[in-house]
Amino acid sequence: MTVVANGVAGNYHLLKLTPADGRVLPEMEPGQFVEVDIPDSKVTFLRRPISINNIDGGDNTLWLLVRNAGAGTAALCNIETGSVVNILTPLGNGFSTDAAKPLLIGGGVGIAPLLYLARKYNRNKVRPTLILGARSRGDLALIDEFKAVGDVFFTTEDGSLGEKGFVTMSDAFTSDYDLIQCCGPMPMMKAVADRARIIGVECEVSLENMMACGLGACLCCVEKDNNGHNVCVCSEGPVFNINRLSW
Amino acid sequence: MVNLNVNLGRLHLANPVLTASGTFGYGREFSDFIDLNELGGFIVKGTTIEPREGNPYPRMAETPSGMLNAVGLQNKGVDYFIENIYPLISRCTSQVIVNVSGAKVEDYVAVCEKLAPLDKIKAIEVNISCPNVKQGGMAYGTTTDGASEVTAATRKAWPKHLMVKLSPNVTSIVDIAKAVESEGADSVSLINTMLGMAIDVERRRPMLSTITGGLSGPAVRPVAVRMVWQVAKAVGIPVVGLGGIMTGRDALEFIMAGATAVEVGTANFINPSVTVKIINEIKDYCVRHNITDINELRGII
Repeated sequence: MTVVANGVAGNYHLLKLTPADGRVLPEMEPGQFVEVDIPDSKVTFLRRPISINNIDGGDNTLWLLVRNAGAGTAALCNIETGSVVNILTPLGNGFSTDAAKPLLIGGGVGIAPLLYLARKYNRNKVRPTLILGARSRGDLALIDEFKAVGDVFFTTEDGSLGEKGFVTMSDAFTSDYDLIQCCGPMPMMKAVADRARIIGVECEVSLENMMACGLGACLCCVEKDNNGHNVCVCSEGPVFNINRLSW
Repeated sequence: MVNLNVNLGRLHLANPVLTASGTFGYGREFSDFIDLNELGGFIVKGTTIEPREGNPYPRMAETPSGMLNAVGLQNKGVDYFIENIYPLISRCTSQVIVNVSGAKVEDYVAVCEKLAPLDKIKAIEVNISCPNVKQGGMAYGTTTDGASEVTAATRKAWPKHLMVKLSPNVTSIVDIAKAVESEGADSVSLINTMLGMAIDVERRRPMLSTITGGLSGPAVRPVAVRMVWQVAKAVGIPVVGLGGIMTGRDALEFIMAGATAVEVGTANFINPSVTVKIINEIKDYCVRHNITDINELRGII
């Protein structure tokens, strides 16, 4: 796919890509992910799994919100427009999109897939509530885009945007929803899952275990399910209902 | 026209490209990307008598030109394979080879006995070289006695083609290869992963839950080519070469070093259609060099 835009979005980069051969992008569900081959890289070897931030049907672009977290993502953040990148997509299983009153909770760069998810809900005439949390204001991006698709509450650990504290402390985190859908760092997702259980709301989480293939072949990205079996996050997830997991 | 047909003893392959166990699932994971019938064959993941959960996460670390894994033979067991996978792949025209592993010699034998009646399975690859399990696995593959013991026992239980997969984590792989040949192996495949280790210095912790794991990818290729060359000179049975093959050029290195066939492993994780690309690149090479039969190139070094 051809990189048509690479812009700074908070502390991240927002890449927009379109198929190099002009094809229309395949159907993708919110919560699915892509595997990006880092072009001409001397220091990386495997593809990098990145969640789908948005599909813009209007200009046929796939959006990736990328945090510079190492050599591979650094190369992606620095990629020039016009570059062609080999991408496997769509991979994995996405979030449910049939909730009547969903609460979407994102942490840090984990906010990425929630934009596409919220837009899907909008298409079903549902305006979701979102709690977006991070360490600091700069770790929250695409704020106007999120405000356009839902009722957004922010939390930051340093208080630089919204309530000071964690997403689980937000006033918006109530039992007034039929589904909580969450993506963020593991400790945050576990805290959200615990709280969802306490208040009795169904909960889905999107995991990001380290993976190689993204296809369920290498068996590296496993998570324990509720039967104690190791299941691949890439092919069985990355989105799981918490009842399916051992947490 | 280029002839890519090769024979591992009496086992016929339409071309020399196989997939390495543990990198290709049960094949079906890749059927969206390639036609499995275009391969010489595919080797399904390490299969044991009982289901195995494998090692705890994290099991993988990216390393320079390669990766470490510590999956630990996670698989659903031989009965699951026979009931759920075999019916799906039994009509495949390429060879389907099952990688057999075990903690005890009796386990290897029991798996062989269960697989023996399956018509489509004309060969097994006996894994005496997995570095990621506490019992069995590499423990058998690092001594001539252990390698001989597993080979002799599986030879009795398995009437068809018996390939034995060797560990590079030994002083003399040639001695191990000779030992399994003398116990009746029909071919040897090498190399399995090299025992390695990586540390996250920021967190001051090992990258893998098991601390050590198996290194694969282009980083190991020169070692693998050297070992294939040494073994091919020393044994009379066919050698299957693997270790970091990413391209047709890489595969040809192994063939020129003496391999009759090759296995493609880690490359499948990066490009799920890489096997077909490799077959085409081998063909193109032959055309470019006026080679009409791939067998002409074998062992020319």
